[in-house]
Amino acid sequence: MLTEVFSKPERLSIYRKRIVEEIDKIGIQSIGIIALLSAFMGAVITLQTAANIDSAWVPKWTIGFTTRQSLILEFSSTIMSLILSGKVGSNIASEIGTMRISEQIDALDIMGVNSASYLILPKIVAAMFFFPFLVVISMFLGIVAGSIIGPGSGVISLSDYIYGLQYYFEPFQVTYTLIKSVVFAFIITSVSGYHGYYTSGGALQVGQSNTRAVVYSIVLIMISNYIITQLLLL
Amino acid sequence: MIEVRNISKRFDHKEVLNNIQTSFDPGRVNFIIGRSGSGKSVLTKCVVGLMEVNEGEILFDGRNFTLMSRPERKIVRQDIGMLFQGSALFDSLTVEENILFPLEMFGTMSKAEMKKRVDWCLERVELKGVNKLYPAELSGGMQKRTGIARAISMNPKYLFCDEPNSGLDPQTAIVIDNLIKEITYDLKCTTVVVSHDMNSVMEIGDQINFIHQGKLSWKGDKREILYTNNEDLNRFVFASEFMQEVRDILRRERG
Repeated sequence: MLTEVFSKPERLSIYRKRIVEEIDKIGIQSIGIIALLSAFMGAVITLQTAANIDSAWVPKWTIGFTTRQSLILEFSSTIMSLILSGKVGSNIASEIGTMRISEQIDALDIMGVNSASYLILPKIVAAMFFFPFLVVISMFLGIVAGSIIGPGSGVISLSDYIYGLQYYFEPFQVTYTLIKSVVFAFIITSVSGYHGYYTSGGALQVGQSNTRAVVYSIVLIMISNYIITQLLLL
Repeated sequence: MIEVRNISKRFDHKEVLNNIQTSFDPGRVNFIIGRSGSGKSVLTKCVVGLMEVNEGEILFDGRNFTLMSRPERKIVRQDIGMLFQGSALFDSLTVEENILFPLEMFGTMSKAEMKKRVDWCLERVELKGVNKLYPAELSGGMQKRTGIARAISMNPKYLFCDEPNSGLDPQTAIVIDNLIKEITYDLKCTTVVVSHDMNSVMEIGDQINFIHQGKLSWKGDKREILYTNNEDLNRFVFASEFMQEVRDILRRERG
């Protein structure tokens, strides 16, 4: 299927328009949920770290440091992608699956349109383009939320939190997490597109395709997370 | 003209089409009829290339569709218009965008010409003022008409209609039938209609192919149906007492 998806588009201008539409659907419409989750997770990580550090030997700025590391290395890319595999992945699988069972894909094929490419390629491109932005938004909001909730609840001062944020910062870790987000974007859209495209039957099978799309995406995200980490960080 | 040469289709070991040979003439409404599960929809899907045949050939005006590569098929497909059973309109596009879709994808027209073409297609199927509506906002009959408008937007040489009357009331069904007939004669296209609606067959059918258990069991025109000795066809067409009475009256009247 991937060779079909990546074959030459019939008309580039239509694909460009489709990519913009998909950026809106997959990316911009996910900003709300990502912002909400990231802010709360940033706040909770700050509080939990504070609650677990009760030794006087561990400096307070460790809370800021831990929040930053947790958000950058895992939460903003991996956990957000797992959440997006539920939101975006099931949306893609159900949209394409419904198009399959209602013969809309057959209609595209009859017209001579490469249906796999027309339906799936713009989603892959849009997600691979926009996921890194979502990750940046997530990191920023998580850290900002920690900086409000930490000092606000009295577990750390703002200056300690900021010191921890800046302590031993390796810019490559941001690059690493952005690379992961691009890979995860590809996994979510291609796996969900595949399961939607090869749906057959009725509403029940569309539901099963959704479930399979989300489960396979999650498993592949976790496996690739391990491989990328092994390759890039060690 | 579309020629079907000895095609067979199997799913696993189950033979769904068995050595079917027929042809569909241009400028005529060619029907494929048969009971549910007889293989008529599979035959149509094989002809348009949505399914691959196991044996045999399909020729579009002498061009062997079965042997064609994907890009070659793409060219033939631009001459094909198809009305699907459920209309298969794109949910996310308005009526106008649905009809514009093939024109934008493959056409060489300017925007103004495309707009004109859309208006012509909608006028041809007697739909006005629905350009900006979405398929979900249309009635079943209007969806079928939009499907026909989309199918004829590229001026097709071959028009396929899969159960065009399913789910429609008898009056709307006749409107759709007449539309298919008029379009076939106007555009001189080769029209293939898959149906088990005998009203449609007797109303607009020029040539009828009866498929029974995956085989072409009978072929002829609608007048010949009245006098056929084919038992399977008789059982299918004149299943009800009412139809049997109609047949007897017509036989008496026509001698």
